[in-house]
Amino acid sequence: MTHSLDRLKESPSQTAGPYVHIGLTPNFAGIGGVYENDLGADLVSDKTRGERIDIKLRVIDGGGTPLKDALIEIWQADAAGLYNSPFEMRGAADPNFTGWGRRAVDAESGECVFGTIKPGRVPFNDGRLMAPHITLWIVARGINIGLHTRLYFGDEQSANAEDPVLACIEHRHRVATLIAPRNGNTYTLDIRLQGERETVFFDI
Amino acid sequence: MKTVASGLSNRELEVGTFFQRDRSWHPPALTPAYKTSVLRSPQKALLSLDNTLSEITGPVFGHNILGELDDDLIHNFAKPGKSAIGQRIIVYGRLLDERGKGVAGALLEVWQANAGGRYRHKRESYIAALDPNFGGCGRTITGEDGSYAFRTIKPGPYPWPNGPNDWRPAHIHFSVFGHGFAQRLITQMYFEGDPLIWKCPIVRGIPDRAAVERLIAVLDMQATIPMDASAYRFDIVLRGRRSSLFENRLEGN
Ligand SMILES: [Fe+2]
Repeated sequence: MTHSLDRLKESPSQTAGPYVHIGLTPNFAGIGGVYENDLGADLVSDKTRGERIDIKLRVIDGGGTPLKDALIEIWQADAAGLYNSPFEMRGAADPNFTGWGRRAVDAESGECVFGTIKPGRVPFNDGRLMAPHITLWIVARGINIGLHTRLYFGDEQSANAEDPVLACIEHRHRVATLIAPRNGNTYTLDIRLQGERETVFFDI
Repeated sequence: MKTVASGLSNRELEVGTFFQRDRSWHPPALTPAYKTSVLRSPQKALLSLDNTLSEITGPVFGHNILGELDDDLIHNFAKPGKSAIGQRIIVYGRLLDERGKGVAGALLEVWQANAGGRYRHKRESYIAALDPNFGGCGRTITGEDGSYAFRTIKPGPYPWPNGPNDWRPAHIHFSVFGHGFAQRLITQMYFEGDPLIWKCPIVRGIPDRAAVERLIAVLDMQATIPMDASAYRFDIVLRGRRSSLFENRLEGN
C-alpha cells in the first residue's frame, strides 16, 4: 500500500446568501444591541499614519446591474507597507491601523465606500516590490465561493508597470479591470462579475 | 481593536504560503440550478499564483471585541429574563487546518433563521413569525486547540424563491477567519438526518457527496446538557500552511 498523506480536505464553501448582513454587519441590518459596532466599520483614527483616501466600490452582475446585497472586505498594508498581522515578520505595523475593513453595499445604489489610507509597497516573494494595492474579498447571494481580487491605484502608473502580480495577467487589456482611477481623494472601481470587462479574479 | 489574539502570542508562528485550494472540491461558480449564480459567476479563468504577503497575512481579532453573550444566541437579543423560542442546542467543534492542527485565536461569526425558519432581515418575506427574542447572530474566537462552542436554537427550514418549491434544509451560516486572508471562508452547517439536505440546489452545487457530508453536523449525546440543550458537533477545516522544511525567505530580510 502506498503512504497516506493524512491531510484533511478544506471545508467546502457555501454562498453567504441574502442574509449575510445579519451575521457580519448586524447593526447595518437593523439588529441593534447585540454587538456594539459592526466589525471593520472604522479603519482609520486620527492617529493613523498615512494619506487619507476613499475607496468607492460596486459589484456588477452579468446583466450590468449592481448587486444590492454584496458584502466586501478589504485587507491592506499600512502606509509603510507593513501588515498588522502576527505573521508580518518584517517589523511592527502602525498600531492605529488594522488594515482590515468590511462593508455591506448600499441597498439602493449598490455602492460602498471605505475610508482608509494609501498603503505602502509590499515585497513580492522574490523581493521585488509590488505596487501599492488593496486585497478585496467579495461574497453575496449567488456567489458560491468568495472572490479574491485586488485594487491597484490609477495614479501609480510606474509602480503598476513593474508589479509582478499584474505582470502575470496574460491578456494585457484586462489589467485595467484592477486599476481604480483617482478623482480628488477618491478611487473608484467597479468589480464586474462577467462580460467583456470581467474583473480578474485570483486563485490565490 | 487589539490585533494579537492571546491564543497566538506564545506559539511559534509558521509563515509559509497556504496549500493551493482544491477548486474541484468546492462548488463551482456557476451552478445553474441555483439560479442567482447564473449572472453572478465569473466566466473567465482565475489568475493562479502563489500567495504573497498580502494573502499570508490577515486580520486577527482579540477577545476584547467579544461581549459576554456573543456566543449565546438564545439570549443575546432577548429581553431581560426572556429567551429565544426553539430547540436549545450547543454547536461545538474544532477549527483545524488541512494538516490537522487546531487553528487558535480565529474569529467565527454565525447567523441563522429562527426556529420557524424566519430571518430578522428587511429582505425576508417568509410568512413564518419573527421571534421577538431572537436576533440570529453570534460570534466566538477559537481556543488554543482550535475548539469553539456556542449556544443557540435549532433553525427551521424555509422555502426560498428559486425553483417553484425549493426549501433550504435547516442550517447555520459560518464565516471563518484563519490567520491569513487566503484562508477566508464562508460556509453553512447542516443537521444530521435532514432529508432536505440532498434536495437543496445550493448544497447540490458541491460536486462530491463526501464534501457535502463534511458540512453535516452530528448529534453528540455525550455533549448534551441534560434537561437543557442537545449538542451538535461541527468541525471546520481551513487551508493549511506549507511548513518551512526548507526556508524560502524573502530577500532583504
Ligand atoms: Fe440561510
